[in-house]
Amino acid sequence: MTDMAISDAARAIDLTSDAARRRTRRRYRAEARFRAYGIGAILFALAFLVFLIGDIVLKALPAMTVTSVSLVVDISREAIDPGATGDPKVIAAGDFATPVHAALLRDFPNVAADRRARQALFGLISSAGPDELRRRVMADPGLLGQTVTVPLLLSDDADLYFKGKVTDVKAAPGRGTVSPSATEGPVTILSSANDFAVYLVEIKRALSFEARALRDEVARYESLFAERTAERTAMQAELAAARVNAPERVAGLEGAIVRFDSDLESIAGEIASLGARATELEGRFTAASAAETLGPDVQSIFVEVNGGMVKVAELANDRITGETIIPLASTADAAPGDWRVITFLTPEGSRKLQDREIVWLRAFEARGTIASAFNWQFFASGDSREAEQAGILGALLGSALTMLVTLVICLPIGLSAAIYLEEFAPKNHWTDIIEVNINNLAAVPSIIFGLLGLAVFLNFFGLPRSTPLVGGLVLALLVLPTIIIASRAALKAVPPSIREAALGVGASHQQAVFHHVLPVAMPGVLTGTIIGMAHALGETAPLLLIGMIAFIVDVPHGVTSAATVLPVQIFLWSDLPEIGFQAKTSAAIIVLLLFLLLMNGAAILLRRRFERRW
Amino acid sequence: MNDASLAIANASAATPIAPPQELAGRSPAKVKAEKVNVFYGQKQALFDVSLDITERSVTALIGPSGCGKSTFIRCINRMNDTIEGCRVTGLITLDGSDIHDPALDVVELRARVGMVFQKPNPFPKSIFENVAFGPRIHGLSRSKADLEEIVVNSLKRASLFDEVKDRLAEPGTGLSGGQQQRLCIARAIAVSPEVILMDEPCSALDPIATARIEELIDELKTNFTIIIVTHSMQQAARVSEQTAFFHLGVIVETGATEQIFTNPRDKRTQDYITGRFG
Repeated sequence: MTDMAISDAARAIDLTSDAARRRTRRRYRAEARFRAYGIGAILFALAFLVFLIGDIVLKALPAMTVTSVSLVVDISREAIDPGATGDPKVIAAGDFATPVHAALLRDFPNVAADRRARQALFGLISSAGPDELRRRVMADPGLLGQTVTVPLLLSDDADLYFKGKVTDVKAAPGRGTVSPSATEGPVTILSSANDFAVYLVEIKRALSFEARALRDEVARYESLFAERTAERTAMQAELAAARVNAPERVAGLEGAIVRFDSDLESIAGEIASLGARATELEGRFTAASAAETLGPDVQSIFVEVNGGMVKVAELANDRITGETIIPLASTADAAPGDWRVITFLTPEGSRKLQDREIVWLRAFEARGTIASAFNWQFFASGDSREAEQAGILGALLGSALTMLVTLVICLPIGLSAAIYLEEFAPKNHWTDIIEVNINNLAAVPSIIFGLLGLAVFLNFFGLPRSTPLVGGLVLALLVLPTIIIASRAALKAVPPSIREAALGVGASHQQAVFHHVLPVAMPGVLTGTIIGMAHALGETAPLLLIGMIAFIVDVPHGVTSAATVLPVQIFLWSDLPEIGFQAKTSAAIIVLLLFLLLMNGAAILLRRRFERRW
Repeated sequence: MNDASLAIANASAATPIAPPQELAGRSPAKVKAEKVNVFYGQKQALFDVSLDITERSVTALIGPSGCGKSTFIRCINRMNDTIEGCRVTGLITLDGSDIHDPALDVVELRARVGMVFQKPNPFPKSIFENVAFGPRIHGLSRSKADLEEIVVNSLKRASLFDEVKDRLAEPGTGLSGGQQQRLCIARAIAVSPEVILMDEPCSALDPIATARIEELIDELKTNFTIIIVTHSMQQAARVSEQTAFFHLGVIVETGATEQIFTNPRDKRTQDYITGRFG
């Protein structure tokens, strides 16, 4: 006993020793380090999230506004309701495009003669533009025969110009006095100063770069030529040897040499043509003050003078020739400062909007008829091929209906399965096998469920394709394992004392489960359901297979009408070449995220209510 | 560790286990157990336990931890049925009828044999709902007023009513531990059982709450047959008329409480009640 006491005393911790202090310090350091890692990880994740959301929101902003132009439209009775019936059906079917086109031609009369220019001008207004006019006339038929100012929706490309997505525009005031030669058609404008020298230098510099690149290429081809020639010589030697030693190879080698010759010929041709082109360019940029022609692959230059707009076709230091886009008021000389040189930095060949279209839009802008407004249309309409008309409502409702079907099917089935397996099923090999398979099912790639849906719901049961009903059924299959697993875990977590208490007062097993165990497990069940539904909301692959990828303009009005869903809509839009859809894609992502937040919020609210009750 | 080794020593040293003494009852046996064996899978927890429980009295089951007291009382309302791999053999009768009789519904049995557990386990519902649940599922009330009367009576008999009468709608889990246990007793008596099983009802309570429960047991025994498992010798001595001493799955000694505590026949009983082990 005494020995034990002594050894115990020897083992007592000496808190004042150096080793103990070191140990304490080490422990503190380890704790501080761990805390720093934790904070670091959270900050890292947060930074990513902020970056992601910020990027999406910034990209989506252009989609939140639409641009329209106010035109003074003469609503002619002839075009819309020639019989003066006043019948809403006749008015609805009326031709509202013609009055709009007439209004546009009144603003730019010089376009009327040129069919292509006319089409380009009319194309600035969205095909949905006249609808606003129709809406107004339907609301007030008294407008027929009157002249009204109507804001008309611009096409997506025109809209993008005002959002700064088409080209940067630079304007420089003129330094000399210019004298235009005509008011319309081809015009030559002379300047008293070397106003255009800057642009000429820029163009010549671009030429020199191009020539240098060509020369580099010529050099590459020449080295290739030399290489091939050497190979050919070697092959000829081989051929000579083969004629003596291996006659069976002669034919093959001869064929190869013929192919070599044709290769060499084409390379030589390439060298000649590239060299000629380079020489030509070099000649042009050496002649520093020679006039240059502007093509669609360089910036567009305009002279704005006397209320007109001239697109420069040929440029010298003090003189340009070009085509008028907007006629000049007169051929009078313009003093320095009264005229401007305007450049569109993006070459015409690299943008969808032509020079004249931008010029017309700038003319609208100068008149103050361009207005930007919140894009309500985006939240109130279905998909469209035109970016400015495309809306998210169809996909949003499609998603909502699909989720509804999913929830209605998989919550009762999943919960019943979970209750049976957890509370009532005997624990044997069969239930083990079922449990393993449910877990496996949760890991099956979602596209497999899509194939299953295609085979079973569409082909076997013949349900209508592309509908929220089938989409919901397929997603229910996908979500079912998640809900069953989560619900079983929630049921398992209910303290056995509650079960015993119920059984102890003489409740049957079922009464105990339904009256006492299930309500306690409900928050857990709901959490599982939220996770499952959120998963289903973002699911795309299985829906593609059952046809929900179709282009659907109509907003769905029931579970059996064709629809698409938000993630599929995002996928569709992200794939479109029009720049206007890029912003729409981001906006749709935001809508999807908000929908998700709303869904989760509702579920959390429900869960809170359950938790408070119990 | 001490009691285990001592118990083994005693078991081997002592004379063969004496057959259980018939209780000198004032009234006939309400519950009768004959040669009850309980197995949890391969492990046997009770060995040939036979015991008679007198009607309208308190029977205390004492013994060290793991000796089978709880297992035994859980046999009486067949709570062991819910445990996977638990097997009961032997005969247990309630008013002379076999409780394992297939004709007897287990739910009906549990309505007749109520139970109060070691840890207070009110339902996570309102106080009213806690008590009303039993009468409701057994169809004991004809109307809402009837049900309210049952609830109020039960709470009164569990001497809880005065403390909770203003907050019947509040959750039962919000009460103190002692109140929760009395709520559980009210819940048990609301279905008018004939027997109430109490599995260490005071082990999670402080002395004051314990005293209240003991008073309550004293009052309840005029109407109910009570079987109480307890680790407290004093409690057994205070509340019970009969006592059975369990040890390692067998009943070592049964008899009137006074006799057990003052003049035990078996050495092991004496060792246990004098605190030499356990």
